[in-house]
Amino acid sequence: MGENELRGGIGLRLLAALVGAVLVAPTLVVIPLSFTGRASFAFPPESWSLRWYENFFTDPGWRDALLTSLRIALLVAVVASALGTCAALALNNSGRFRGKGLVNGLLMAPMIVPQIVAAIGVYAVFLVWGLTGTTAGFVLAHTALAIPFVIVAVSAVLRGYDRRLEQAAASLGARPFTTFTRVTLPLILPGVLSGAVFAFVTSLDEVVVALYLQSPELHTLPVKMFSSVTVETDPTIAAASTLVLVVTTALILLPQLVRRSSKEAR
Amino acid sequence: MTRTARDPGGAAVRLTALTKRYGSAPAAVDGIDLEIAAGEFMTLLGPSGSGKTTTLSMIAGFTRATSGSIEVDGYDVAGLPPYKRDLGVVFQHYALFPHMTAAQNIAFPLRQRKVGKAEIAARVAEALELVQLGAMGDRLPRQLSGGQQQRVALARAVVFNPRVLLMDEPLGALDKKLREQLQGEIARMHRELGITFVFVTHDQEEALALSDRIAVFNEGRIDQVGSARDLYERPATLFVARFLGESNVLTGKVTDPATIEGPGFRVALPRGASSAGSGTASVVIRPERLTVLPLSTPVPAGHNTLEGTVSGLTYLGAYSTVTVELDCGLRFTVREPAGASGEVTPGTPVRVAWPVEQGVLVSS
Repeated sequence: MGENELRGGIGLRLLAALVGAVLVAPTLVVIPLSFTGRASFAFPPESWSLRWYENFFTDPGWRDALLTSLRIALLVAVVASALGTCAALALNNSGRFRGKGLVNGLLMAPMIVPQIVAAIGVYAVFLVWGLTGTTAGFVLAHTALAIPFVIVAVSAVLRGYDRRLEQAAASLGARPFTTFTRVTLPLILPGVLSGAVFAFVTSLDEVVVALYLQSPELHTLPVKMFSSVTVETDPTIAAASTLVLVVTTALILLPQLVRRSSKEAR
Repeated sequence: MTRTARDPGGAAVRLTALTKRYGSAPAAVDGIDLEIAAGEFMTLLGPSGSGKTTTLSMIAGFTRATSGSIEVDGYDVAGLPPYKRDLGVVFQHYALFPHMTAAQNIAFPLRQRKVGKAEIAARVAEALELVQLGAMGDRLPRQLSGGQQQRVALARAVVFNPRVLLMDEPLGALDKKLREQLQGEIARMHRELGITFVFVTHDQEEALALSDRIAVFNEGRIDQVGSARDLYERPATLFVARFLGESNVLTGKVTDPATIEGPGFRVALPRGASSAGSGTASVVIRPERLTVLPLSTPVPAGHNTLEGTVSGLTYLGAYSTVTVELDCGLRFTVREPAGASGEVTPGTPVRVAWPVEQGVLVSS
């Protein structure tokens, strides 16, 4: 533990803090804006109020968009974490199967393919299938986008998971399904849950695909925000942004805080 | 668990032409035949890669046999998944469920068999007593030492009264002292449970200490099956002789039925050994069967002798090890009881002698 090492640590911390500030600060501007008293985006605000929050929760347009988003994100979290966990288990199995690399590439593709390309493709196909403007259409499209995050999260815990435990369970008389529910799932649950959170957040703030799939009756919060910012000057969008920011940040930080406190308790 | 010692609770295991091939590589297990008697303690011994663990894995059902049969009590189980085989398995790295306490780990196989709650509690307590961990039931595996974890694994593997217990290097991850202690416990469990034990190890001392019989694996085949004494005193192959204990080896041509001749030596063979036929063969002599004699001492009757020079002497308390460079170019190790080789010093020309009957002819 030399002094140099310590000083280097401080320098590194300062740099990290600076980079973090540059990345986050523009986003944080929406927070004071959301508390403005006037119907303008003037910064800094000249007066303060909670009227835009009130408007967000009482205006049917905003409220419906919020509820739609939450419903779709919740369904996506469930479907994507179930499918993504299955995929991760198969891909991380010591056994090989024909086309493993191909399957892996296809499943991870949504992370790489430009969203606008995916959106146009999804739109063209869903139009034919009659899935545009439906909850099912949103859930399917968002699930495809969210599965890579689940696979990454579950694969990370699988690296620390001893597959011999499954042999042990089998030797003790447990059928494969019981082995999964009693042994495998409890041990990889942290990865599955963090995958579900990522899937939820992915769906909650996805806008490109949602813009194509929307209908006047069914659109998500980001779509509503997008149209709001392009057609009107309504600080309600600042309130909506602040809420989305707080909720997603909390969701992503929560598991880490829980993990840290349980480690300290040990 | 309530069986008495001599209750025939174990099942016989018979492997017939059992083979495991991975791709086009040489077979990992190459058509082995092995009969394990009910209640026997059978050790599969061999160096790593010799096929012993693959064999155990096929018996347990984790690895699918390429061909051949595995019979437990006369039923071929080769096609059954592991959870239907009803065999206990102990793994080298314990494989305890980390999210369950010791007691929950032991209860796991009973819960799979839909045993009632009260009976589970009673049998778990009994199993914990069997491995002397009575007070540790509510600990998680990570709160237990390696030795304690392996005891829990043992208890878990026998609590459902399997008729065969398979163990894959169960002591391999433990230090020497714990290993010896657990060896004692495994031997005691074998006596008390009376079930068949199949034990895999690469440690010859462990195999000698525990087993009724030992099967020596060599490159996917079994070289020899026999008691520790058989294998040590009557090894069938050079591999077995070298793998179990120290050996001095003379390799040469069996000339007339009673002698073997090589570069710089010609020694008599034990009676009855000529059945190995003529051609190239080896004679194995264990270090403790050899004596070092001064050149002035007359050759005792019925002994083979070779001349050489002492090159090393190590005093080890109960015995001494004398290294002799033979005139024929070979090096022999002699183990002499304490006090026997007081006059020998390095550089002394000597004779190494052994009774003809103590040499063992093996195929090379």
